[in-house]
Amino acid sequence: MTGDTPDGDLLLRARGLTKTFGDFTAVDGVDFAVRRGEAFGFLGPNGAGKSSTMRMIGAVSPPSGGELRIFGLDPSTDGPRIRARLGVVPQQDQLDQELTVEENLWVYGRYFGLSRSQVRERAVELLEFAQLTERAKDKVEPLSGGMKRRLTIARSLISAPELLLLDEPTTGLDPQARHLLWDRLFRLKRQGVTLILTTHYMDEAEQLCDRLVVMDHGRIVAEGSPRQLIEQHSTREVLELRFDTDDHAEYAGKVAGVGERVEVLPDRLLVYAHDGDAAAAEVHSRGIEPLSSLVRRSTLEDVFLHLTGRTLVD
Amino acid sequence: MTTLFEARGAHGERPSLTTGERIGSVLEYQLAVNRRTWRGRIFSRFLSPVFFLLAMGIGLGGLVDDRAGGVDGVPYLHFVVPAIVAVQAMWVAIGESTFPVLGNIMWDRMYDTMLGTPLRLRDLLAGHVLAVVGHIIMATLIFVGVAAAFGGFPTWGAVWCIPVAVLTGLAFTLPVFAFTARQEQDGGFNILFRMVVTPLMLFSGTFFPVAQLPVVLQPIAWVTPLWHGVEAGRALSLGRVDPPWLLLHLGVLVTFVVVGWVLAERSFTRRLIK
Ligand SMILES: Nc1ncnc2c1ncn2[C@@H]1O[C@H](COP(=O)(O)OP(=O)(O)OP(=O)(O)O)[C@@H](O)[C@H]1O
Ligand SMILES: [Mg+2]
Repeated sequence: MTGDTPDGDLLLRARGLTKTFGDFTAVDGVDFAVRRGEAFGFLGPNGAGKSSTMRMIGAVSPPSGGELRIFGLDPSTDGPRIRARLGVVPQQDQLDQELTVEENLWVYGRYFGLSRSQVRERAVELLEFAQLTERAKDKVEPLSGGMKRRLTIARSLISAPELLLLDEPTTGLDPQARHLLWDRLFRLKRQGVTLILTTHYMDEAEQLCDRLVVMDHGRIVAEGSPRQLIEQHSTREVLELRFDTDDHAEYAGKVAGVGERVEVLPDRLLVYAHDGDAAAAEVHSRGIEPLSSLVRRSTLEDVFLHLTGRTLVD
Repeated sequence: MTTLFEARGAHGERPSLTTGERIGSVLEYQLAVNRRTWRGRIFSRFLSPVFFLLAMGIGLGGLVDDRAGGVDGVPYLHFVVPAIVAVQAMWVAIGESTFPVLGNIMWDRMYDTMLGTPLRLRDLLAGHVLAVVGHIIMATLIFVGVAAAFGGFPTWGAVWCIPVAVLTGLAFTLPVFAFTARQEQDGGFNILFRMVVTPLMLFSGTFFPVAQLPVVLQPIAWVTPLWHGVEAGRALSLGRVDPPWLLLHLGVLVTFVVVGWVLAERSFTRRLIK
């Protein structure tokens, strides 16, 4: 579109990207690339380094090492040019609580050099989008958490960004608002907007992301489409078993060998097997009596659990 | 709604903003924030000089003039008024460079928001400093107007007190921005007010000439911006300008502004770029 991305349709490339805070390494040499028009996700437990990575991509946090190119530009020398084309939803809302809802949008649009009439026009559309039209003239402070989140998301769109960075965009949103946002993000994507997001919700990752990486301890531990990740790191089906016990680890030995792998959670056992029903029959034939047993398909949650040893939402 | 999602023409590279547009957008934000409180501020900025003039100029001044025949050959009111103009500029400058700045750093994190846009660190610094300058100008104009009505100035040279007061305020604004950006909480401001602002107000030749102080204390006044602001404003207002001295006073104030800018940019970078 602008001819400044030498790698064809590559919008962003990171090689050996590193971020340290003092002695602590938050992002430890990650490599990834994002194509124009793609929806790319970061998954990972708390403290994995997702936000630190997002802030480097947002050209606000200087990398400590490695190489980063956004729109073919170097954030350390071309920060303002890069940021002019980004929309940013930080993990924590940073709104001016004293200003009204619409004033927050106007003021922000002006930072991008939009004219006063442009910001007013776009604010009307964006408030409609965020379902905040009725609250336009209210101060931000008394809004609910989810409303503030929606306002932050609306604000990120005021400059019509071509790359949207969303750090846990739907945390704090009710299910209806989440689905609405997913729909909006889909539409933006169809318009050619590139999305990079982090999330703790696997349904969100599965719904939205063409490709994602799983981060743990500052490193990328897996990469692929949601389907590829499930194929590579999990079995087709999962048998979930609950027992009448405080410690499900006791039963792990008894079901060993039933599937390919057993994962112990505080409240259940997960038996990974190609054929879940066959696995359930095998458990039954061993004379083991679970309180309940359930067969389901593998999800990203299982991939995540396998790779990081933790559940997604913790 | 449709245009929002079909505004593809807006994408791609936009012409980059001019420095004026960048700083202007930050100034606009600061003005929008202040719009809610400006009525109250004007009121207090109108009242505080009236109190001061009544107490110092008329009350104390009457006594000094009766007993000592004024100060340095002029009525006490004429001696003290240009100094209070400078003191008030310092107050406003420090008030606007402490809590509001720390708020933008850590409470509402507006600086972080701005840094996520095409703005650069020095744009948000310059924009906020300009907003503070606006406050200083407003407060100074009100004070000078009120003081003139009370007969506080003997000559029209007093008009020059206004730019001198703004420069004095700026000489505090930038170092205090630098100080504020190093605070983790607002407790440090108490120390600033008690250990710096109050002694400066009392011992910078404001209410009595520095020569009245013990000799060892006099050099302290010389290195503070307030003494230079007071002396420059007073000389202009009384029509007793000694050009080399005036240049020295103004030079010291400008030095505080320039060094303060460098320090402020450094502390802001350390605090905000992580
Ligand atoms: N400014 C900072 N100074 C020091 N350490 C930091 C800073 N920012 C992040 N860290 C550390 O870096 C690590 C990664 O943090 P980061 O916010 O990137 O994690 P995350 O993956 O986004 O986690 P979460 O899911 O909780 O948002 C954490 O251990 C955090 O304490
Ligand atoms: Mg995070």
